[in-house]
Amino acid sequence: MTMTERHKKLERNITLLAVCTLITVAIGGLVQITPLFYLDNTIEKVDGMRPYTPLEQAGRDIYIREGCYVCHSQMIRPFRDEVERYGAYSLAAESMYDHPFQWGSKRTGPDLARVGGRYSDEWHVQHLINPQAVVPESVMPQYGFLAGTELAVGDPSATLTALSRVGVPYSQEDIDNALMDLFLQADPDAEGDLEDFQRRYPKAQVRDYDGDPSRITEMDALVAYLQMLGTLVDVDSAAAQQELAQEKGR
Amino acid sequence: MQAETALGRTMLWFVLFLVSIVVVATAADGGFAAHAVIVALVCFVLMWMSASRYDPASKLNSFFKMPDTPSKYDDDPIRWGVLATMFWGIAGLAAGLFIALQLAFPQLNFEPYFNFGRVRPLHTSAVIFAFGGNALIATSFYVVQRTCRAQLAFPGLARFVFWGYQLFIVLAATGYLLGVTQSREYAEPEWYVDLWLTIVWVAYFIVFVGTIVRRREPHIYVANWFYLAFIVTVAMLHIVNNLAMPVSLLGAKSYSAFAGVQDALTQWWYGHNAVGFFLTAGFLAMMYYFVPKQAERPVYSYRLSIIHFWSLIFLYIWAGPHHLHYTALPDWAQTLGMVFSIMLWMPSWGGMINGLMTLNGAWDKIRTDPIIRMMVMALAFYGMSTFEGPMLSIKSVNSLSHYTDWTIGHVHSGALGWNGMITFACVYFLVPRLWGRERMYSLRMINWHFWLATLGIVFYAATMWVAGIQQGLMWREYGPDGYLVWSFADSVAAMFPMYVLRAFGGLLYLSGAFVMTYNIWMTLAGKLRDEAPMRDAAYDAEKDRPIVDTPTSAVPAE
Repeated sequence: MTMTERHKKLERNITLLAVCTLITVAIGGLVQITPLFYLDNTIEKVDGMRPYTPLEQAGRDIYIREGCYVCHSQMIRPFRDEVERYGAYSLAAESMYDHPFQWGSKRTGPDLARVGGRYSDEWHVQHLINPQAVVPESVMPQYGFLAGTELAVGDPSATLTALSRVGVPYSQEDIDNALMDLFLQADPDAEGDLEDFQRRYPKAQVRDYDGDPSRITEMDALVAYLQMLGTLVDVDSAAAQQELAQEKGR
Repeated sequence: MQAETALGRTMLWFVLFLVSIVVVATAADGGFAAHAVIVALVCFVLMWMSASRYDPASKLNSFFKMPDTPSKYDDDPIRWGVLATMFWGIAGLAAGLFIALQLAFPQLNFEPYFNFGRVRPLHTSAVIFAFGGNALIATSFYVVQRTCRAQLAFPGLARFVFWGYQLFIVLAATGYLLGVTQSREYAEPEWYVDLWLTIVWVAYFIVFVGTIVRRREPHIYVANWFYLAFIVTVAMLHIVNNLAMPVSLLGAKSYSAFAGVQDALTQWWYGHNAVGFFLTAGFLAMMYYFVPKQAERPVYSYRLSIIHFWSLIFLYIWAGPHHLHYTALPDWAQTLGMVFSIMLWMPSWGGMINGLMTLNGAWDKIRTDPIIRMMVMALAFYGMSTFEGPMLSIKSVNSLSHYTDWTIGHVHSGALGWNGMITFACVYFLVPRLWGRERMYSLRMINWHFWLATLGIVFYAATMWVAGIQQGLMWREYGPDGYLVWSFADSVAAMFPMYVLRAFGGLLYLSGAFVMTYNIWMTLAGKLRDEAPMRDAAYDAEKDRPIVDTPTSAVPAE
């Protein structure tokens, strides 16, 4: 029987055709995606990684809401020019708590994977309010409204609960204290146990970010998020450099 | 409508209206509340309609000159689909022109609702899902009826598919402007909008397959294989990629089920196959019906269509990782994605060849029939972008092109050239048939549309090649001193002329769509433009004869 003769079976039976189609299109995804949940170099833990603090997560939510990913990547590729321009190349573990990932696909603006600590808070605030005032060539939109909008705090415990349901290892303590932690990070004088907060969230930066200590704005949250990007893993330490040098599979 | 049923419907809408009001009052955030308001408004309008037994549908029908006589096939949802395709097409192209201008002139950002970051997803969703999606649903309903020689299986459900899909579009689009987004490219709508789309899509599957089950022809025509693959695969991709955990059942916000590298590959498995199955398989289905119809020639090769169908749908799924070259995705996955992307070149060109060679024996129609000319240009752009795609998926090429405007140019030569042109051609084919007109109002306007669109694409693609390669080279250029030569801001400033010219290309393409809208409007009005025919080779019957020597009186030789 020729191929066209055999194919007539499929062409005359809609159920068979639909099932064969589904099987054909399912294979590729299964083979490529499933191993990523088991392979060592995609689920490895790296020293320093921790879940986002409630304030950082609130800033990340704003980053997502404003669609920053359409112009800014968060994925430094292992090329000399990228490493010199943006910092050490990104590790899989560095986005292990990112629901969703924000690697991006286009650089209309520069990569932000390691933007944390590169500029002052004041620079970020001025730049977000009027990017062209700081970088005349910039085509970035203005985000002045963030400074004028008080952060809709809502229920940060619910946010952390939802995230822990999809696998982010927040402790019960983190979830219970989420609201207090959020205020504490933006204002060290606020009520709460600062030491305990910094024990639970190592390297968390505690300060007023937007220059207005009287209230917590969306600007506070976004700048807090930007200032921690890429700061958790100490890529410059000797041990980390050695690990990078040994890393395979990329 | 009977008074009782009118009353029953009014009650139903009233209950739904009340539920929406409660949701508005208890919503956890503004975006969810705004969407509940939209749902409430829809319920209110429907309640009011059934209550007053006022029939605005008939008014709309007469506004759009819908034929009164019942068609042999169930063509009503298709007519609405064609109108929606045009409406969303104009909206999506206009949004694209707007954001193109924003990149050249950042003063055009109006915070917060009309900032680039919020309008770009509006543009991409409007052209892919609103324009493309409506074209696919409308043509699939048209084609499946004709090739099965049967009416739509569930007429009520088919209407639900059309209107439910429009609600999905409105919820998605308003959501982006309000900041309701998952920030997953081409899958931005939040969890509840995704659930709604899933319901609509299942209904779509039932109508489509139900019609095939009712077919009067023994064979399922090749166009229907492609439509089926499109419907089934998009369902699979949509459900898996949108798995998410809502923060609250009364709030818009959710977090994706996967994180980091797993999330990235799931997203690009979805994202690449949104191109592969929404914008390729579905549109190839349109090609397989409308090109042979317009050319009045059979499909070139039955055997080729079998081979290229199965190899296309098998290979496409693997190509996703080429969006993640040199990222933290494992090397083997990147290489696998690259290899399959290159293999994909062959079945893609199989489709192009099958379409183009269908014109065998009718090539003269490229000169005389502007609709065929559009179809041929669409296939040519399909061939070009399915060559460019595999080339960009090669890792060393991608190291330069990734993150640059080259990718944007590549997408647009496919979207404007292939998807846009083939859709326009199909709409030009459909409108006279659906509205019972002799032909389109003006064939010469179709010709104008063709050239405006083609020129627009040339401006778009050419400027984005230059822009992308320039960006890539500037970012990696080292001086003799061993330092990077350019700051990032330098590369942004260098883009200005290219961004302006790109916007000009978009303007040309949009003007073509306006010419089309006018042409369709006049066709609906039943007018025929008095114009010189497209085939204008002069014919003079007097001169059409052999030269016969006429006997003359002999001139004596000297």
